[in-house]
Amino acid sequence: MSKLLVEAKAVVIPGEILAEGMDHLPGKGAFREGEKVIASRVGLVYVNGSIINIVPLSGRYIPKKDDTVIGYVRDMTYSSWFINIGYAYDASLSLKDASSSYIERGASLSDFFAVADAILTRITNVTKDNNIDLTMVGPGLRKLKGGKIIEITPAKVPRLVGKQGSMISMIKDMTGCSVFAGQNGRIWIKGKTPEAEKIATDAVFLVEEKAHIRGLTDHMKGFLEEKCKSLKVEKKVSINKETKK
Amino acid sequence: MITEEYVESLTKLGKRMDGRKFDEYRDLSIEYGISKKSAEGSARVKIGETEVIAGVKLDLGEPYPDKPEEGSIMVNVELLPLSSPKYESGPPGIDAIELSRVTDRGIRECGAIDFKKLYHKESGKVWLVFIDIYPINAAGNLFDACTIAAMAAIRDAVFPSIEGNKVDYSTKTKTPLPLQKLPISCTVWKVGNELLVDPSVEEESAANSRLTVVFTEDDKICAMQKGKDDPMLADEIEKAVELAFKTTKDIRGHFKK
Repeated sequence: MSKLLVEAKAVVIPGEILAEGMDHLPGKGAFREGEKVIASRVGLVYVNGSIINIVPLSGRYIPKKDDTVIGYVRDMTYSSWFINIGYAYDASLSLKDASSSYIERGASLSDFFAVADAILTRITNVTKDNNIDLTMVGPGLRKLKGGKIIEITPAKVPRLVGKQGSMISMIKDMTGCSVFAGQNGRIWIKGKTPEAEKIATDAVFLVEEKAHIRGLTDHMKGFLEEKCKSLKVEKKVSINKETKK
Repeated sequence: MITEEYVESLTKLGKRMDGRKFDEYRDLSIEYGISKKSAEGSARVKIGETEVIAGVKLDLGEPYPDKPEEGSIMVNVELLPLSSPKYESGPPGIDAIELSRVTDRGIRECGAIDFKKLYHKESGKVWLVFIDIYPINAAGNLFDACTIAAMAAIRDAVFPSIEGNKVDYSTKTKTPLPLQKLPISCTVWKVGNELLVDPSVEEESAANSRLTVVFTEDDKICAMQKGKDDPMLADEIEKAVELAFKTTKDIRGHFKK
Protein backbone atom coordinates (compact mmCIF):
# COMPACT_ATOMS: atom_id res chain seq x y z
CA MET A 1 0.00 0.00 0.00
CA SER A 2 1.31 3.38 -0.97
CA LYS A 3 1.74 6.12 1.61
CA LEU A 4 1.37 9.90 1.14
CA LEU A 5 3.94 11.70 3.25
CA VAL A 6 2.85 15.33 2.85
CA GLU A 7 -0.35 17.21 3.51
CA ALA A 8 -2.30 18.84 0.71
CA LYS A 9 -1.27 22.49 0.08
CA ALA A 10 1.95 22.04 2.08
CA VAL A 11 4.99 23.94 0.86
CA VAL A 12 7.69 21.54 -0.31
CA ILE A 13 11.26 21.98 -1.50
CA PRO A 14 13.16 20.06 -4.20
CA GLY A 15 14.26 16.63 -2.97
CA GLU A 16 11.45 16.27 -0.46
CA ILE A 17 9.85 12.82 -0.54
CA LEU A 18 6.14 13.22 -1.25
CA ALA A 19 4.99 9.61 -1.23
CA GLU A 20 6.29 6.07 -1.03
CA GLY A 21 4.92 3.20 -3.03
CA MET A 22 3.70 2.67 -6.56
CA ASP A 23 0.07 3.81 -6.11
CA HIS A 24 0.94 7.49 -6.28
CA LEU A 25 2.05 9.01 -9.56
CA PRO A 26 4.36 12.00 -10.05
CA GLY A 27 2.61 14.87 -11.83
CA LYS A 28 3.98 18.32 -12.65
CA GLY A 29 7.00 19.32 -10.58
CA ALA A 30 7.58 15.81 -9.25
CA PHE A 31 9.41 12.68 -10.37
CA ARG A 32 9.74 9.04 -9.40
CA GLU A 33 12.88 7.40 -8.10
CA GLY A 34 12.38 3.74 -7.30
CA GLU A 35 9.48 3.53 -4.87
CA LYS A 36 9.56 7.23 -4.01
CA VAL A 37 7.83 10.26 -5.50
CA ILE A 38 10.09 13.29 -5.04
CA ALA A 39 9.50 17.02 -5.51
CA SER A 40 11.59 18.83 -8.12
CA ARG A 41 10.37 22.39 -7.44
CA VAL A 42 9.52 24.75 -4.60
CA GLY A 43 5.75 24.92 -4.41
CA LEU A 44 2.44 23.80 -2.99
CA VAL A 45 1.31 20.18 -3.08
CA TYR A 46 -1.95 19.41 -4.87
CA VAL A 47 -3.11 15.80 -4.83
CA ASN A 48 -5.50 14.89 -7.60
CA GLY A 49 -6.58 11.27 -7.08
CA SER A 50 -3.34 9.34 -7.28
CA ILE A 51 -1.43 12.10 -9.08
CA ILE A 52 0.73 14.46 -7.03
CA ASN A 53 1.27 17.87 -8.60
CA ILE A 54 3.47 20.68 -7.35
CA VAL A 55 2.23 24.16 -8.20
CA PRO A 56 5.34 26.34 -8.16
CA LEU A 57 5.44 29.54 -6.09
CA SER A 58 7.10 31.43 -8.93
CA GLY A 59 9.05 30.83 -12.10
CA ARG A 60 9.38 31.69 -15.75
CA TYR A 61 6.65 31.06 -18.26
CA ILE A 62 6.79 27.77 -20.12
CA PRO A 63 4.60 27.79 -23.23
CA LYS A 64 1.81 25.25 -23.61
CA LYS A 65 -0.50 24.50 -26.49
CA ASP A 66 -3.80 26.48 -26.36
CA ASP A 67 -2.46 29.09 -23.93
CA THR A 68 -3.66 32.62 -24.62
CA VAL A 69 -0.75 34.99 -24.09
CA ILE A 70 0.24 38.62 -24.55
CA GLY A 71 3.25 39.07 -26.81
CA TYR A 72 5.38 41.88 -28.19
CA VAL A 73 6.33 41.96 -31.86
CA ARG A 74 10.13 41.66 -31.99
CA ASP A 75 10.85 41.31 -35.69
CA MET A 76 9.18 40.56 -39.00
CA THR A 77 10.07 38.78 -42.23
CA TYR A 78 8.29 38.65 -45.61
CA SER A 79 5.94 35.97 -44.36
CA SER A 80 5.91 35.97 -40.59
CA TRP A 81 6.36 37.87 -37.35
CA PHE A 82 8.55 36.97 -34.38
CA ILE A 83 6.82 37.47 -31.07
CA ASN A 84 8.30 37.68 -27.58
CA ILE A 85 6.00 35.79 -25.25
CA GLY A 86 8.22 35.97 -22.19
CA TYR A 87 10.00 32.69 -22.93
CA ALA A 88 13.65 32.12 -23.79
CA TYR A 89 12.72 31.50 -27.43
CA ASP A 90 10.62 33.80 -29.61
CA ALA A 91 7.39 32.43 -31.04
CA SER A 92 6.48 32.79 -34.69
CA LEU A 93 3.22 34.03 -36.16
CA SER A 94 2.95 33.04 -39.78
CA LEU A 95 1.08 35.07 -42.38
CA LYS A 96 -1.66 32.49 -42.83
CA ASP A 97 -2.54 32.65 -39.15
CA ALA A 98 -2.25 36.42 -38.82
CA SER A 99 -5.72 37.44 -39.88
CA SER A 100 -9.09 35.88 -40.63
CA SER A 101 -9.50 38.21 -43.59
CA TYR A 102 -7.67 37.88 -46.90
CA ILE A 103 -4.23 39.48 -47.06
CA GLU A 104 -3.44 40.71 -50.55
CA ARG A 105 -0.17 40.01 -52.31
CA GLY A 106 2.21 42.90 -51.70
CA ALA A 107 0.27 44.24 -48.71
CA SER A 108 2.31 46.12 -46.14
CA LEU A 109 2.72 43.68 -43.27
CA SER A 110 3.49 46.38 -40.71
CA ASP A 111 -0.10 47.60 -41.21
CA PHE A 112 -1.16 44.42 -39.46
CA PHE A 113 1.48 44.19 -36.75
CA ALA A 114 4.50 46.46 -36.46
CA VAL A 115 7.59 45.96 -34.33
CA ALA A 116 6.87 46.82 -30.65
CA ASP A 117 3.11 46.26 -30.99
CA ALA A 118 1.46 44.24 -28.25
CA ILE A 119 -0.85 41.43 -29.33
CA LEU A 120 -3.21 39.03 -27.66
CA THR A 121 -2.50 35.70 -29.29
CA ARG A 122 -2.89 31.96 -28.82
CA ILE A 123 -0.31 29.20 -28.97
CA THR A 124 -1.25 26.51 -31.49
CA ASN A 125 1.78 24.30 -31.24
CA VAL A 126 4.97 23.87 -29.20
CA THR A 127 7.58 21.47 -30.53
CA LYS A 128 10.33 19.78 -28.55
CA ASP A 129 13.00 21.97 -30.13
CA ASN A 130 11.15 25.12 -29.02
CA ASN A 131 9.42 26.13 -32.22
CA ILE A 132 6.31 27.91 -31.01
CA ASP A 133 3.48 28.66 -33.43
CA LEU A 134 0.88 31.33 -32.78
CA THR A 135 -2.45 32.26 -34.28
CA MET A 136 -4.49 35.45 -34.35
CA VAL A 137 -7.58 33.67 -35.63
CA GLY A 138 -9.97 33.10 -32.75
CA PRO A 139 -12.39 34.92 -30.50
CA GLY A 140 -10.89 37.93 -28.77
CA LEU A 141 -7.44 37.61 -30.34
CA ARG A 142 -6.31 41.04 -31.49
CA LYS A 143 -3.75 43.80 -31.45
CA LEU A 144 -3.90 45.63 -28.11
CA LYS A 145 -4.49 49.36 -28.40
CA GLY A 146 -4.10 51.72 -25.46
CA GLY A 147 -4.01 50.71 -21.83
CA LYS A 148 -1.00 49.30 -20.07
CA ILE A 149 0.63 45.95 -19.53
CA ILE A 150 1.94 44.81 -16.16
CA GLU A 151 3.76 41.60 -15.35
CA ILE A 152 3.21 39.11 -12.56
CA THR A 153 4.74 35.70 -12.09
CA PRO A 154 2.98 33.26 -14.47
CA ALA A 155 2.45 30.76 -11.64
CA LYS A 156 -0.08 33.13 -10.06
CA VAL A 157 -2.18 33.70 -13.17
CA PRO A 158 -4.65 30.86 -12.36
CA ARG A 159 -5.23 32.47 -8.93
CA LEU A 160 -5.81 35.87 -10.54
CA VAL A 161 -8.38 34.39 -12.91
CA GLY A 162 -10.05 32.37 -10.15
CA LYS A 163 -12.63 29.61 -10.45
CA GLN A 164 -14.58 30.16 -13.69
CA GLY A 165 -12.97 33.60 -13.86
CA SER A 166 -14.49 34.71 -10.54
CA MET A 167 -11.55 36.76 -9.30
CA ILE A 168 -10.78 38.59 -12.52
CA SER A 169 -14.44 39.37 -13.25
CA MET A 170 -14.77 40.82 -9.75
CA ILE A 171 -11.85 43.15 -10.48
CA LYS A 172 -13.37 44.04 -13.85
CA ASP A 173 -16.87 44.68 -12.46
CA MET A 174 -15.80 46.75 -9.49
CA THR A 175 -13.24 48.96 -11.24
CA GLY A 176 -15.00 49.14 -14.60
CA CYS A 177 -11.70 48.35 -16.34
CA SER A 178 -11.06 45.84 -19.09
CA VAL A 179 -8.53 43.37 -17.69
CA PHE A 180 -7.01 40.53 -19.63
CA ALA A 181 -4.61 38.03 -18.09
CA GLY A 182 -2.27 36.24 -20.46
CA GLN A 183 -1.06 32.82 -19.29
CA ASN A 184 2.49 34.17 -19.57
CA GLY A 185 1.92 36.56 -16.66
CA ARG A 186 1.36 39.71 -18.69
CA ILE A 187 -1.80 41.51 -17.70
CA TRP A 188 -3.39 44.14 -19.91
CA ILE A 189 -5.47 46.80 -18.15
CA LYS A 190 -7.49 49.56 -19.75
CA GLY A 191 -10.05 51.68 -17.93
CA LYS A 192 -11.95 54.93 -18.20
CA THR A 193 -9.82 56.84 -15.70
CA PRO A 194 -6.22 56.49 -14.49
CA GLU A 195 -7.58 56.14 -10.94
CA ALA A 196 -9.64 53.08 -11.86
CA GLU A 197 -6.65 51.61 -13.69
CA LYS A 198 -4.51 52.19 -10.61
CA ILE A 199 -6.96 50.29 -8.40
CA ALA A 200 -7.11 47.40 -10.88
CA THR A 201 -3.30 47.33 -11.01
CA ASP A 202 -2.99 47.33 -7.21
CA ALA A 203 -5.61 44.56 -7.03
CA VAL A 204 -3.66 42.39 -9.49
CA PHE A 205 -0.42 42.84 -7.53
CA LEU A 206 -2.26 42.11 -4.28
CA VAL A 207 -3.54 38.81 -5.69
CA GLU A 208 0.02 37.95 -6.75
CA GLU A 209 1.33 38.74 -3.28
CA LYS A 210 -1.38 36.89 -1.35
CA ALA A 211 -2.10 34.09 -3.83
CA HIS A 212 -1.40 31.38 -1.26
CA ILE A 213 -3.74 32.56 1.52
CA ARG A 214 -7.22 31.14 2.07
CA GLY A 215 -10.31 33.27 1.66
CA LEU A 216 -8.52 35.54 -0.81
CA THR A 217 -11.70 36.30 -2.73
CA ASP A 218 -13.32 37.84 0.39
CA HIS A 219 -10.12 39.73 1.17
CA MET A 220 -10.05 41.11 -2.38
CA LYS A 221 -13.71 42.04 -2.23
CA GLY A 222 -13.05 44.10 0.89
CA PHE A 223 -10.01 45.72 -0.70
CA LEU A 224 -11.86 46.63 -3.88
CA GLU A 225 -14.95 47.92 -2.05
CA GLU A 226 -12.75 50.16 0.09
CA LYS A 227 -10.76 51.47 -2.86
CA CYS A 228 -13.69 51.86 -5.22
CA LYS A 229 -15.61 54.13 -2.82
CA SER A 230 -14.11 57.22 -4.42
CA LEU A 231 -14.92 55.93 -7.89
CA LYS A 232 -18.50 55.12 -7.02
CA VAL A 233 -19.11 58.58 -5.59
CA GLU A 234 -17.99 60.06 -8.90
CA LYS A 235 -20.30 57.74 -10.81
CA LYS A 236 -23.31 58.67 -8.66
CA VAL A 237 -22.64 62.38 -9.07
CA SER A 238 -22.53 62.05 -12.83
CA ILE A 239 -25.80 60.09 -12.86
CA ASN A 240 -27.49 62.76 -10.74
CA LYS A 241 -26.32 65.47 -13.10
CA GLU A 242 -27.80 63.64 -16.04
CA THR A 243 -31.17 63.15 -14.34
CA LYS A 244 -31.32 66.84 -13.41
CA LYS A 245 -30.91 67.82 -17.01
CA MET B 1 5.59 50.22 -26.78
CA ILE B 2 2.16 50.18 -25.23
CA THR B 3 3.16 51.00 -21.64
CA GLU B 4 5.43 53.89 -22.67
CA GLU B 5 2.58 55.41 -24.68
CA TYR B 6 0.34 54.98 -21.66
CA VAL B 7 2.79 56.78 -19.36
CA GLU B 8 3.06 59.65 -21.84
CA SER B 9 -0.73 59.94 -22.22
CA LEU B 10 -1.06 60.12 -18.43
CA THR B 11 1.40 63.02 -18.17
CA LYS B 12 -0.86 65.02 -20.49
CA LEU B 13 -3.58 64.62 -17.84
CA GLY B 14 -1.10 65.72 -15.18
CA LYS B 15 -0.92 62.22 -13.70
CA ARG B 16 1.56 59.42 -13.07
CA MET B 17 1.11 55.67 -13.13
CA ASP B 18 1.47 55.23 -9.37
CA GLY B 19 -0.69 58.27 -8.55
CA ARG B 20 2.16 60.52 -7.39
CA LYS B 21 2.58 64.19 -8.28
CA PHE B 22 5.36 65.16 -10.69
CA ASP B 23 7.56 66.57 -7.94
CA GLU B 24 6.76 63.86 -5.40
CA TYR B 25 9.51 61.52 -4.21
CA ARG B 26 8.85 57.98 -3.01
CA ASP B 27 9.69 57.11 0.61
CA LEU B 28 13.40 57.53 1.15
CA SER B 29 15.32 55.72 3.86
CA ILE B 30 19.04 55.64 4.64
CA GLU B 31 20.63 52.93 6.78
CA TYR B 32 24.22 53.33 7.91
CA GLY B 33 26.88 50.73 8.69
CA ILE B 34 25.21 47.72 7.12
CA SER B 35 28.50 45.86 6.69
CA LYS B 36 30.79 46.89 9.52
CA LYS B 37 33.06 43.84 9.25
CA SER B 38 33.93 44.00 5.57
CA ALA B 39 33.94 47.71 4.78
CA GLU B 40 35.21 50.91 6.38
CA GLY B 41 31.91 52.54 5.62
CA SER B 42 28.63 51.25 4.22
CA ALA B 43 25.04 52.28 3.67
CA ARG B 44 21.77 51.04 2.28
CA VAL B 45 19.41 53.45 0.54
CA LYS B 46 15.82 52.69 -0.34
CA ILE B 47 13.71 54.89 -2.57
CA GLY B 48 10.34 53.16 -2.76
CA GLU B 49 11.16 49.72 -4.13
CA THR B 50 14.57 50.78 -5.40
CA GLU B 51 17.34 49.53 -3.14
CA VAL B 52 21.03 50.35 -3.43
CA ILE B 53 23.94 49.42 -1.17
CA ALA B 54 27.28 51.19 -1.14
CA GLY B 55 30.58 50.34 0.52
CA VAL B 56 33.72 52.36 1.12
CA LYS B 57 37.13 50.65 1.27
CA LEU B 58 40.31 52.52 2.18
CA ASP B 59 43.80 51.53 1.15
CA LEU B 60 47.26 53.12 1.19
CA GLY B 61 48.65 53.50 -2.30
CA GLU B 62 51.04 55.39 -4.51
CA PRO B 63 49.87 58.92 -5.35
CA TYR B 64 49.48 60.15 -8.92
CA PRO B 65 52.77 61.71 -10.16
CA ASP B 66 51.15 65.12 -10.80
CA LYS B 67 49.61 65.26 -7.33
CA PRO B 68 52.16 63.62 -5.00
CA GLU B 69 50.44 64.73 -1.78
CA GLU B 70 46.81 64.10 -2.64
CA GLY B 71 44.63 61.03 -2.24
CA SER B 72 41.94 59.99 -4.66
CA ILE B 73 38.53 58.39 -5.00
CA MET B 74 37.33 55.66 -7.31
CA VAL B 75 33.63 55.13 -7.85
CA ASN B 76 32.34 51.92 -9.34
CA VAL B 77 28.72 51.01 -9.99
CA GLU B 78 27.89 47.48 -11.01
CA LEU B 79 24.41 46.78 -12.36
CA LEU B 80 23.77 43.35 -10.91
CA PRO B 81 21.64 40.93 -12.96
CA LEU B 82 19.66 40.17 -9.79
CA SER B 83 18.44 43.75 -9.58
CA SER B 84 16.58 43.85 -12.89
CA PRO B 85 15.79 41.55 -15.82
CA LYS B 86 17.36 44.20 -18.07
CA TYR B 87 20.90 43.74 -16.75
CA GLU B 88 23.28 40.99 -17.80
CA SER B 89 26.53 39.91 -16.19
CA GLY B 90 29.77 40.77 -17.92
CA PRO B 91 31.89 43.88 -18.37
CA PRO B 92 30.13 47.14 -17.40
CA GLY B 93 27.90 48.58 -20.09
CA ILE B 94 27.35 52.20 -21.00
CA ASP B 95 24.63 52.65 -18.33
CA ALA B 96 26.84 51.41 -15.50
CA ILE B 97 29.75 53.57 -16.68
CA GLU B 98 27.55 56.68 -16.88
CA LEU B 99 26.12 56.03 -13.42
CA SER B 100 29.53 55.67 -11.82
CA ARG B 101 30.95 58.69 -13.63
CA VAL B 102 28.04 60.95 -12.70
CA THR B 103 28.29 59.81 -9.07
CA ASP B 104 32.07 60.29 -9.13
CA ARG B 105 31.79 63.77 -10.63
CA GLY B 106 29.28 64.96 -8.04
CA ILE B 107 31.59 63.93 -5.20
CA ARG B 108 34.85 65.01 -6.85
CA GLU B 109 33.98 68.39 -8.34
CA CYS B 110 32.64 70.02 -5.17
CA GLY B 111 35.58 68.75 -3.14
CA ALA B 112 33.36 66.65 -0.88
CA ILE B 113 36.46 64.89 0.41
CA ASP B 114 39.59 66.93 1.13
CA PHE B 115 42.12 65.01 -0.96
CA LYS B 116 45.06 66.83 0.65
CA LYS B 117 44.16 65.37 4.05
CA LEU B 118 44.37 61.88 2.62
CA TYR B 119 48.18 62.19 2.51
CA HIS B 120 50.00 59.89 4.92
CA LYS B 121 53.30 61.58 5.76
CA GLU B 122 55.09 58.72 7.52
CA SER B 123 54.96 56.38 4.54
CA GLY B 124 54.76 58.96 1.74
CA LYS B 125 51.68 57.16 0.52
CA VAL B 126 48.12 58.41 0.14
CA TRP B 127 44.74 57.01 1.07
CA LEU B 128 42.69 55.75 -1.87
CA VAL B 129 38.96 55.77 -1.30
CA PHE B 130 37.14 53.03 -3.19
CA ILE B 131 33.39 53.56 -3.39
CA ASP B 132 31.54 50.52 -4.68
CA ILE B 133 27.82 50.76 -5.36
CA TYR B 134 25.51 47.85 -6.01
CA PRO B 135 21.82 48.18 -6.88
CA ILE B 136 19.91 45.34 -5.18
CA ASN B 137 16.62 46.22 -6.80
CA ALA B 138 16.46 48.61 -9.73
CA ALA B 139 12.95 50.07 -9.67
CA GLY B 140 13.84 53.43 -11.14
CA ASN B 141 15.88 56.48 -10.18
CA LEU B 142 19.27 54.79 -9.76
CA PHE B 143 21.08 58.06 -10.47
CA ASP B 144 19.87 59.73 -7.27
CA ALA B 145 19.98 56.51 -5.26
CA CYS B 146 23.65 55.93 -6.15
CA THR B 147 24.78 59.42 -5.10
CA ILE B 148 22.80 59.26 -1.86
CA ALA B 149 24.17 55.78 -1.08
CA ALA B 150 27.74 56.86 -1.90
CA MET B 151 27.53 59.94 0.32
CA ALA B 152 25.93 57.99 3.16
CA ALA B 153 28.68 55.34 3.00
CA ILE B 154 31.39 58.02 2.92
CA ARG B 155 29.89 59.69 5.99
CA ASP B 156 29.79 56.31 7.74
CA ALA B 157 33.45 55.53 6.94
CA VAL B 158 36.31 55.63 9.45
CA PHE B 159 40.02 55.10 8.83
CA PRO B 160 41.52 51.71 9.70
CA SER B 161 44.63 51.74 11.86
CA ILE B 162 48.15 51.44 10.48
CA GLU B 163 50.72 48.90 11.74
CA GLY B 164 54.17 49.84 10.43
CA ASN B 165 53.48 50.64 6.81
CA LYS B 166 50.58 48.23 6.48
CA VAL B 167 46.90 48.83 6.96
CA ASP B 168 45.35 46.84 9.79
CA TYR B 169 41.73 46.39 8.80
CA SER B 170 40.80 44.47 11.95
CA THR B 171 41.13 47.55 14.18
CA LYS B 172 39.43 50.76 13.21
CA THR B 173 40.20 54.26 14.41
CA LYS B 174 37.47 56.76 15.21
CA THR B 175 38.67 59.26 12.60
CA PRO B 176 36.09 59.88 9.89
CA LEU B 177 36.98 60.86 6.33
CA PRO B 178 37.89 64.56 5.90
CA LEU B 179 34.55 65.77 4.57
CA GLN B 180 33.95 69.30 3.39
CA LYS B 181 30.69 69.16 1.46
CA LEU B 182 27.60 67.03 1.08
CA PRO B 183 26.67 66.90 -2.61
CA ILE B 184 23.16 65.63 -3.39
CA SER B 185 21.96 64.92 -6.87
CA CYS B 186 18.50 65.11 -8.32
CA THR B 187 17.69 63.84 -11.78
CA VAL B 188 14.80 65.50 -13.56
CA TRP B 189 13.18 63.43 -16.31
CA LYS B 190 11.19 64.81 -19.21
CA VAL B 191 8.26 62.60 -20.19
CA GLY B 192 6.13 64.04 -22.97
CA ASN B 193 6.31 67.75 -22.17
CA GLU B 194 6.38 67.37 -18.41
CA LEU B 195 9.27 67.36 -15.96
CA LEU B 196 9.22 64.87 -13.10
CA VAL B 197 11.49 63.48 -10.40
CA ASP B 198 12.05 59.98 -9.00
CA PRO B 199 10.72 58.02 -12.00
CA SER B 200 9.57 54.41 -12.03
CA VAL B 201 11.11 51.98 -14.53
CA GLU B 202 8.21 52.60 -16.93
CA GLU B 203 8.65 56.35 -16.71
CA GLU B 204 12.37 56.03 -17.34
CA SER B 205 11.82 54.11 -20.55
CA ALA B 206 9.06 56.53 -21.62
CA ALA B 207 11.27 59.58 -20.95
CA ASN B 208 12.99 61.25 -23.87
CA SER B 209 15.36 63.46 -21.92
CA ARG B 210 16.90 63.77 -18.47
CA LEU B 211 19.06 66.20 -16.55
CA THR B 212 21.02 65.39 -13.41
CA VAL B 213 21.91 68.36 -11.23
CA VAL B 214 24.12 68.06 -8.14
CA PHE B 215 23.82 70.66 -5.38
CA THR B 216 25.99 71.27 -2.34
CA GLU B 217 24.63 72.49 1.00
CA ASP B 218 25.55 76.10 0.16
CA ASP B 219 23.09 75.87 -2.77
CA LYS B 220 25.77 75.74 -5.44
CA ILE B 221 25.59 73.52 -8.50
CA CYS B 222 28.72 71.36 -8.62
CA ALA B 223 27.94 68.96 -11.46
CA MET B 224 25.43 68.34 -14.22
CA GLN B 225 24.73 65.60 -16.71
CA LYS B 226 22.28 65.61 -19.60
CA GLY B 227 21.12 62.21 -20.84
CA LYS B 228 18.89 60.50 -23.42
CA ASP B 229 18.39 61.53 -27.02
CA ASP B 230 16.07 64.55 -27.07
CA PRO B 231 17.25 68.12 -26.47
CA MET B 232 15.92 70.35 -23.69
CA LEU B 233 14.76 73.93 -24.17
CA ALA B 234 16.45 76.72 -22.23
CA ASP B 235 13.39 77.40 -20.07
CA GLU B 236 12.95 73.66 -19.48
CA ILE B 237 16.48 73.50 -18.14
CA GLU B 238 15.72 76.43 -15.87
CA LYS B 239 12.61 74.66 -14.57
CA ALA B 240 14.53 71.41 -14.17
CA VAL B 241 17.26 73.08 -12.14
CA GLU B 242 14.66 74.78 -9.96
CA LEU B 243 12.86 71.45 -9.40
CA ALA B 244 16.15 69.69 -8.63
CA PHE B 245 17.08 72.45 -6.18
CA LYS B 246 13.88 72.02 -4.20
CA THR B 247 14.11 68.22 -4.26
CA THR B 248 17.74 68.06 -3.10
CA LYS B 249 16.80 70.23 -0.12
CA ASP B 250 14.22 67.65 0.90
CA ILE B 251 16.63 64.74 0.38
CA ARG B 252 19.28 66.51 2.48
CA GLY B 253 16.88 66.42 5.42
CA HIS B 254 17.09 62.61 5.44
CA PHE B 255 20.84 62.63 6.26
CA LYS B 256 21.86 62.46 9.88
CA LYS B 257 23.44 65.65 11.14
